[in-house]
Amino acid sequence: MLLRHTTKDIKERKSLTINPAKTCQPVGAMYAALGIHGCLPHSHGSQGCCSYHRSALTRHYKEPIMAATSSFTEGSSVFGGQSNLIQAIDNIFTIYEPEVIAVHSTCLSETIGDDLTQIVEKARDGGKIPEGKHVIFCNTPSYIGSHVTGYSNMVSGMVKLLSKSTGVTNDKINLISGWVEPSDMREVKRMANLMGANFTLFPDTSDVVDAPQTGSYEMYPKGGTTIPDLIASGDNKATLAFGKWATEDAAIKLENKCKVPFEATELPIGVRATDRFIMELSKLAEVGIPEAITAERGRLVDMITDMQQYLHGKRVALFGDPDQLIPLVEFLLDMNMKPVYIVSGTPGKKMHKRLEELLLPTVPEAKFQNGKGADMYLLHQWIKNEGVDLLIGNSYGKYIARDENIPFLRMGFPILDRVGHSYFPTLGYMGGLRILEKILDLIMDKQDLESSEPEFELVM
Amino acid sequence: MRKIAIYGKGGIGKSTTTQNTVAGLAEMGKKVMVVGCDPKADSTRLLLGGLAQKTVLDTLREEGEDVVFEDIVKPGYGNTSCTESGGPEPGVGCAGRGIITSINMLEQLGAYEEDKALDYAFYDVLGDVVCGGFAMPIRDGKAEEIYIVVSGEMMAMYAANNICKGIVKFAQAGAVRLGGLICNSRLVDNERQMIEELAKKLGTQMIHFVPRDNMVQKAEIHRKTVIEYAPEHPQADEYRTLAKKIDQNQLFVVPTPLEIEELEGLLIEFGILN
Repeated sequence: MLLRHTTKDIKERKSLTINPAKTCQPVGAMYAALGIHGCLPHSHGSQGCCSYHRSALTRHYKEPIMAATSSFTEGSSVFGGQSNLIQAIDNIFTIYEPEVIAVHSTCLSETIGDDLTQIVEKARDGGKIPEGKHVIFCNTPSYIGSHVTGYSNMVSGMVKLLSKSTGVTNDKINLISGWVEPSDMREVKRMANLMGANFTLFPDTSDVVDAPQTGSYEMYPKGGTTIPDLIASGDNKATLAFGKWATEDAAIKLENKCKVPFEATELPIGVRATDRFIMELSKLAEVGIPEAITAERGRLVDMITDMQQYLHGKRVALFGDPDQLIPLVEFLLDMNMKPVYIVSGTPGKKMHKRLEELLLPTVPEAKFQNGKGADMYLLHQWIKNEGVDLLIGNSYGKYIARDENIPFLRMGFPILDRVGHSYFPTLGYMGGLRILEKILDLIMDKQDLESSEPEFELVM
Repeated sequence: MRKIAIYGKGGIGKSTTTQNTVAGLAEMGKKVMVVGCDPKADSTRLLLGGLAQKTVLDTLREEGEDVVFEDIVKPGYGNTSCTESGGPEPGVGCAGRGIITSINMLEQLGAYEEDKALDYAFYDVLGDVVCGGFAMPIRDGKAEEIYIVVSGEMMAMYAANNICKGIVKFAQAGAVRLGGLICNSRLVDNERQMIEELAKKLGTQMIHFVPRDNMVQKAEIHRKTVIEYAPEHPQADEYRTLAKKIDQNQLFVVPTPLEIEELEGLLIEFGILN
């Protein structure tokens, strides 16, 4: 009983978070930056921040995540980090030769008020940014929002500092990706290609953080959205942003800056969210929906129908990020499961409103909370009061799952103790099939393990 | 050793008053160190005869962490030890963090150790208490006595009251106490009575009323304290008296800050009605 001190008795906590369901902004900014081809993320702050964010990503992707740091000293925190950053930009372009450096701030550089716009401008004036190379940046103080905010800020930074409008519109759309796995980005590209859409996906971490073993080390793997594509995003005819928390801000900025109209949808997880995504994609890219996509949808619906007796009425607790949780809750409801407890450390009243819309009609007893006070301790306390049949969340959920003997589906960030998420998508209808397969495995394994001998079934 | 911090509204005359008082104490034979806690680094100008000082933070920036005591502490008038924490240019970095860094460094280098045989350490702190860094001199184990320089002007009194709020916070956890208000006259009507009343309401005393005199400016132009520049002038005696009063002060309190209405009431009573 690793969490044996968690009690059933829920008391109001004003200023204490226990086991938060979120992490630092720069983790998100660093991950988003890796979705640009030839990009070296740079952390403007002390070394420890950079090490932590790199290791968080490395542990999740099992790939070496490269990033540079301004290495603040005591002096830098007093006099400002300008000279460190300018020196870093000079060194990085000279030694590591990236196409672009994506700078994000840290709590320290934010608090002392370092102005990244001014510092990067000064580096440019000083000739530290070679012709044809780029430096983009965003502000990521971790005391605001969560890792999702950091991802969103870096994606907005791409639009703010790279996208340009030449006045000539391309017959192409932008797909702005929320925080999903490289496998998911690859899946979105597969679906869009099946539909014959002409698109630019950004950021795109496929073939970056899931690069194949070739025997030689590439500092900048072949994947990632290219700089020319990012610049040209301002000329594309429309934008489809999926995963509102992580991308809507960038879509709005692109519309304001380059007059590219946008639609923002939820992440295509499960049947209905994928339906909406496919419909929007079809509308904006002006392409039809091929038989192959319809067939994938049919297979997913078929499996849900076939396996109803194992799914119906099962109580589920979930934690993670709003972009994943909202469509996942909808998917569970579509399968007649009961998402009864949901927490997310990422703030935003919209999440509460959306969950209310989804849950009130069929699961009015559901408890959900996000932002302040919405931690895994609370989730565990709810579970102690009335148990669940399934827990869905990142690796940190394993302690609750073990103590309460609940089947546990790993989804979200970070997954530190299993593999597969980099390679097998959870987006789209095929992703839905995978989620469903995993849920059934967990539920049926438990039944096999715990059923009495007369009830032990061969055919399920 | 008594450790004293001088606070007050910006431009009220903290540095001038501190250095003149320190000169008075030095004249009495006391061994005094002055620590300037202002990025402008002008807290020891009169004792050193000019801005001759390389600041702690400049030294740290240039020499790295291998700073030696002699690099940052310079001898001034009357065998005083003078040091300036310094800080970033306006608009960049974090001046508050600079104060924290330099005071820690002074401690590390043993600036207050027995062998320095100090009687007094004075911290001359920038303006109002604006962030954690500027409260560093009154954190536990640092300055235990505070004097607030004030005048009869509304904003100066407002700032003094605000500083008292800061003191209350630190006094609850540590030994820091308010030693009194120093009135640096701005020739406001009923100034002396008003500040005496303010002091009473704060639970403290007006330790001295320093009259306004052009000799102070004159001495400043010559980069000297009045005591050094015109030792016979009556203004020099005012500072000597202030030094003596501080030396003999026994009244150290946790102040009782006023509500803003009460403060405004005081101004109406002494300022406008008369």
